[in-house]
Amino acid sequence: MRRRHMIAGAGAALVASPSVAGESTRIPGGLPDGTRAIARFVNLPGKPRMLRLTDRPPNYASPVNVFSDVVTPNDRFFVRYHLDSVPAAADMENWSLSIGGDAVQRPVTLKLSDLLDLPAAQVLSVCQCAGNRRGLVEPHVPGVEWTDGAMGCAVWRGPALRDVLKAAGVKPEALEVWLGGADKPLMEGTPAFRKSLPMEKALDGDTIVALSMNNAPLPLLNGYPARLIVPGWTGTYWMKHLTSIEVSTQPLKNFWMQTAYRVPAGLFPVDKPFVSQATETTVPITELVVNSVIAAPLDGEEVERSGFTISGVAWDRGAGITRVEVSLDGGRNWLGALLEGPLGQYAYRRFSFQTGSMRPGSYRLMCRAVSQSGEKQAERMKVNPGGYHNNVPGAVTVVVS
Amino acid sequence: MRWMLVAAALVGSMGGVALADEPAALVSGAGADVTGANCNACHTSDYIVMNSVFLTGAQWTAEVTKMRKAFGAPIDDATASEIAAYLAAHYAVAAQP
Repeated sequence: MRRRHMIAGAGAALVASPSVAGESTRIPGGLPDGTRAIARFVNLPGKPRMLRLTDRPPNYASPVNVFSDVVTPNDRFFVRYHLDSVPAAADMENWSLSIGGDAVQRPVTLKLSDLLDLPAAQVLSVCQCAGNRRGLVEPHVPGVEWTDGAMGCAVWRGPALRDVLKAAGVKPEALEVWLGGADKPLMEGTPAFRKSLPMEKALDGDTIVALSMNNAPLPLLNGYPARLIVPGWTGTYWMKHLTSIEVSTQPLKNFWMQTAYRVPAGLFPVDKPFVSQATETTVPITELVVNSVIAAPLDGEEVERSGFTISGVAWDRGAGITRVEVSLDGGRNWLGALLEGPLGQYAYRRFSFQTGSMRPGSYRLMCRAVSQSGEKQAERMKVNPGGYHNNVPGAVTVVVS
Repeated sequence: MRWMLVAAALVGSMGGVALADEPAALVSGAGADVTGANCNACHTSDYIVMNSVFLTGAQWTAEVTKMRKAFGAPIDDATASEIAAYLAAHYAVAAQP
């Protein structure tokens, strides 16, 4: 059965009304011309005014203004699927999680109530797609041409994965945890979306099976009813609609681990390499790179001559942000921004900068962050075939009249 | 966390999600219909427009090959050539010298 017919059956998504106060309604510049031709703001059920890149599979970015706050609301949180067969909420009514593999003592199947009986952990963490800002990479590379909006930061709550795995008993020789979700391919020959984690990350206390997001059930399109949370790592490991876990003595061998989501070996810094999936030439993309974004003012906005506030967020793989600088002149001069208190090592850290009075003209605003470990944003894109880890400082042009 | 079971039941009654929309029309020309039909079988043909215009003809051929070999698209050699030729003619840049 082709589930997408069921999904499509309720009618087409509505095109969003073009003007809402404080919202960016422009299609961001810097994207390929073809992307600009198809991208538009639409209202999804429960998610108004999302930037649609594709509807099958569903890929929707948050408008950049939502990053004015550390916590991204559920109704503005981005949506990313690889395969066009998203489960319907009704399909999840009898949801269960199977745990097996050659490195468990006893395979088990857990119900939602079993997970709710376990002690709940909580983490405020950024979930960022590996391809966030791919669409802004020059020269362009193929893929979903994301803007800045393939990310968000939420309070995730549920049992730690290591507590969930106790039900099955992990053998000492375990090498990886293999993850499967409820979204399935349409074609027989299409590889199911499955990912794996090394044991060390799987057993980290911050790796949790989230049953709630910002104190509410996860939205369907963000992985309802259960999603794996892997703080500090790119979104590709954050399996939505988590339904199967295999603890294995072997590395997972499939398209999604061995071909997709890989970067040249040594190009990006990581604290802990994913050894069982590394080759001499490439490694899986894992830990986030330090990055920042301006959420206000918006690109193209007219700002006050008497002065205005630049604000946004910065984040990294978990070291924490120590410094954010802004430029009012396209990167020639940099000034320290004010950092708000840290809300967690994996969370956004908010920054702001109050300008003095400004002469009339056009200003190119930029921001860049430094992490606790001394990591800085790249001055030039570290070229890689997937267009991953684009953390070259972005720019917003404003006008003082 | 028991309250969540109740909340979950409420979400479960929402039913299906309305997402699908009409893709942008592909540029008319030889191979447009066969390209649209085959690509739309698994994903919106907006993927083609989204990824334009910056790939070369050779890169489009590689994308078609990826869909067949990596994603298992049931497309035979002759049809694949027709699709690649169409994409090269309408959605590609000239190869760099």
